Parts: sequence; structure tokens; C-alpha cells
Amino acid sequence: MRALLSANVGLVITIIKIALLLFIVLTVNAYLTWFERKVVAHIQSRWGPHRVGPHGLLQPLADGVKFLFKEDPTPAGADKFVYFLAPLLALALALTSIAIIPFGPDPLPWKVLGHEIYLGIAPLNLNTGILALFAITALGVYGVALAGWSSNSKYPLLGGLRSSAQMVSYELALTMSVVGVLLMAGSFNLRDIINAQARHPQWGILGWNVWPQILGFFCFFTAAVAETNRVPFDLPEAESELVAGFHTEYASFKFAMFFIAEYTSMITVSCLCAIMFFGGWLSPFPASWTLTHYLPSVILIPFGLWVIMDGVRYETVFGRLVLPGVGSVIAALGLAFIVLPSVNEFIQGPFWLLSKILTFLFVYVWMRGTLPRFRYDQLMAFGWKLLLPISIVNVILTSFVILAKMQWGAK
Amino acid sequence: MTAPLIVFFVLAALAVIGAISLILQKHPIHSALSLIVVMVALAGLYLLMGAEFVAAVQIIVYGGAIMVLFVFVIMLLNAGVEEHTSISKIAGAPGLLLVVALAAFVAATLAKSGASVQAATQTGALSSTKGISEMVFKDFVYPFELTSFLILVAILGATVLAQREKG
Repeated sequence: MRALLSANVGLVITIIKIALLLFIVLTVNAYLTWFERKVVAHIQSRWGPHRVGPHGLLQPLADGVKFLFKEDPTPAGADKFVYFLAPLLALALALTSIAIIPFGPDPLPWKVLGHEIYLGIAPLNLNTGILALFAITALGVYGVALAGWSSNSKYPLLGGLRSSAQMVSYELALTMSVVGVLLMAGSFNLRDIINAQARHPQWGILGWNVWPQILGFFCFFTAAVAETNRVPFDLPEAESELVAGFHTEYASFKFAMFFIAEYTSMITVSCLCAIMFFGGWLSPFPASWTLTHYLPSVILIPFGLWVIMDGVRYETVFGRLVLPGVGSVIAALGLAFIVLPSVNEFIQGPFWLLSKILTFLFVYVWMRGTLPRFRYDQLMAFGWKLLLPISIVNVILTSFVILAKMQWGAK
Repeated sequence: MTAPLIVFFVLAALAVIGAISLILQKHPIHSALSLIVVMVALAGLYLLMGAEFVAAVQIIVYGGAIMVLFVFVIMLLNAGVEEHTSISKIAGAPGLLLVVALAAFVAATLAKSGASVQAATQTGALSSTKGISEMVFKDFVYPFELTSFLILVAILGATVLAQREKG
């Protein structure tokens, strides 16, 4: 047993990493629903969830319990096997795509059993990086389409058809809009794409792909929002027309699986936007500004103190107990990032990547609180007649600029 | 038995089972799903041979784009369980004959080449993205462009046919 373990340390570490990442992603998913409800509520001058736990922080837990214990009926005449398969497929594919994302540049500051541990599951030299991700998302259509078909009901079928048409249409623009970035990096590997944006260390934020690839970013983000079926492209579940679209007949945990899949793909898309257009884990400041290394602490310590302050005055006893505890953990983390230099060095990449991911998640929620839904013909016209031509023009422009640089050696 | 060999057998079994189930399933959607299993298992086999790019493209193009259209059309036509006519029952006999002939042909070829048949690890030109793009856009650029043109003509033809029906 011991010999087997030592021979497969790499495998064991990977499995532990997968379990950890799953746990983190699912927890983030749960709190993303809380975050979304809070933000949308404040956009609409409401309070949002605030009954379950302090500031409604236990609401995701209550929702989870509710999903688990609700009755789970199967509609009469449904194709049983496919009906069960569809939510599984949607969730599994959404979670798999997270595995491709690298979360930090350096290995952990300490070795585990003689192994350097990098953040992220995929191997460092995964040379098909972004292609592998597109392969996984290409299969994601089935979850929605099969759910709609297998429910044996008219609204889900219409929702499923709409959604597969929409996803197939926007996948083209999605893939084409990335080509510019790939041309500039000369690689499919996500790590290479980030490192290519650091070619001018002193430029900071100005060196990121978003400036030369602004057209590509516009197309990518729009197409990605459409791929994840979020507002304003949530036609597959347009409640005024289709009840709830493809998941009308799903209840209980099967519905929760679609829900988690949707939020997980939101996270993946946010990661991709950050990595491909916003420099991934690169700092927006020039590399010579070492003082910005304390920025995580500068944000975390006041935030932690604020949570403690808020918690001490909270109206329920439970809140008065929990909030100061959470606040002191946050403040202690911030302090640790100052005191331990190796941890400080290590935390820079993940800190910036996470801030960018959070920003994009906020933009997602913000759009949901702001934009009305497209009409179906508008949606199709927008994808085929605007996004696709623009992304093709972007590819041609980028190729010409790169060719010109190669020809005349301009730097 | 090494780990890659085990993975190979699992994927190969999946592909064969998927292919058999594709024929035996009564409902078109189940058949289409079986075909997707075959495509994905094949992509896994390509990955095992070190052809990452081909594996990814196999899933994107065959597993994703083409099979989505299959499923889409089946859903749109709301095709039910396939019906067996008298001709389709008769068609089984020559089909069986063809299967036997094909199996014999493959077996004969394998027997002839004997021990030299083994899994080839694709390295260099065929496996890397760079090698493939150099082949497609440098050595075979004219056939490649010609094929693209052919597909474009087919798309235009389909559009013209669809338009005529409407008008």
C-alpha cells in the first residue's frame, strides 16, 4: 500500500486537488447566488436575502437543503434515461471545464512530498489549453438540448431547441474572437497566453491583450454570455414565453444541477476573460512598483476590521458571534500576507486573478440587473450579422499587424 | 498491465459498445447519443497516442458541431421510434453478409502484417498544432483551399434551395 502510494504521489496529489477545487467551486457557486441576489436587490432598491443568518449569509445553505428534500417527480412519458442524463451531463461538463484554468504562476512556497504544487489541475504544458476548453463547452449544448427533449413537454422542447440554436450560433463568434489573442501569443496554452501579455513588464495594465484586442474582447464576452444563457441572452428560459424553458419539468436536485452548471460556467467565462484579455495573474501596475505587493493586505485588513465592527453591533446574537469571527479570520489573513514574505510573493498572482474574476462576475450580475432580454430574431441577427463579421475582421486586422511587424521588424 | 493500456481498453470498449448500441437502439436520439459516445471515446484514443490537437478537434467538430446538428434535426422533426417496414427487415440479410465480409477483410489484413501491428505514438509533425498547421497551410494549401471552396458552394446551394421553397 505504502509503495503504491509513493509511486503514484502525483496522481494522489491531483485527486486531492480535484476534490479541493470541487469543494471551492461549489461553495463559490452557492455564495454567487447570494451575491447575485444581494446585488440585484440593491440595484432595484431592495434588501435581498437577510433573514437566514447574518446578512442572509446562510441563505445558500437553506436553498441547498430545500433542493435536497423537495419532491422529485418525473413527468409522465419522459424518456427516463435521457431525463436523468441531461442534468448530470450539464453539471459534469461545466465542472470539468474549470480544470483547464491555471490559477497562479508559481508553485506553492513549500513542497509536498517532494512535489511542487501548482494552482490548477491541468498539467503546465497542456498545449491545447483553450482548445480543450472549447471541446468541453462544445459538448455542453447536449445538457440543455436533451433536457428540453426528454421532458416530453412543449415548453421545454421549445426552450431546448432555441438554446441549441443559440449556442451553436454563438460558438462560432466565440471561437473566432479568441483567434486574435492566440495569434499574439503564438500558443494555445493558457500560461503562455498570460506570459505573452507580460512582454513589457513596465507597461503594467497597458500591456494587456484587451487594448490591441478590444474588438475581440467585445465579441468574446458577448458570445460567452450568450453561451452561458445569461441575461440578456437567456431566451432558452424566457419565463414570459416558455415558463422556464428547458428546465421547466425539472425539480429538486436535478434543477439544482442545472443551476450549479450555469453558475460554474459563469465562473469559467470570467476566468477566461481575465486570462485572455486582462493579463490573468499579472498586476496592473508596472513590475518595478514593489509597494503594490501589500495591496492584498491593504484591502483585506480594513475589510476584516469593518466586518468585526459591523458584527459587534449586529441585531441577532448569532450574528454578533459569527461576524466578528469571520472578520478576524479575514484580518488575520491580511496580516499574514505582510508578515510572511514567501506567502506575500506567492499570493500576488492568485490575488490579481481572483480580483479580475470577481470583477467579471459582478459585471455578469450587473448586466442581469440592467439589461432587458433580446427578442429571438434580434438574437440571431446579432450573432450572425454583427458578432461573427466583427470577429473575422478582428482576425484579419491582427494577422496584418503581426505580418507587418515581422516584415519591417517594428517593435 | 500499464495504465495507458488499461485506459486504451476502456476507451476501445466504450467505442465498440457505443457503435453496437448505435445500431441496436430503437429511438433516433438514443442512436445519436451512442454516436457521441463513439466520437468522444475516439478522441480519448487520439489523446492516448499523443495527438492532443486532433483529439480536441475531434470533440469540437464531430462531438460538438456535427452531432449537435443531428440531435437538433431529430428534435425538430420530433422523430419517434423507428418503424420496421418489410424492406428494412429484408435489408438485414445482405447487411449481415457485408459485416462478415468486412470482418474477414480486417482480420486478413491483420493476420498478414502479423506482429508489426502496434499502437504508434504520433510525435513531431502530426501531433503538434504547429506541425499540422504547417502541413495544412504550407504543403497542402491548394487542396485545403479547394475543400473550403467546395464547402462554401454546398452552403450556398443549401441557401438557394431553402429560399426557393419559401418564394
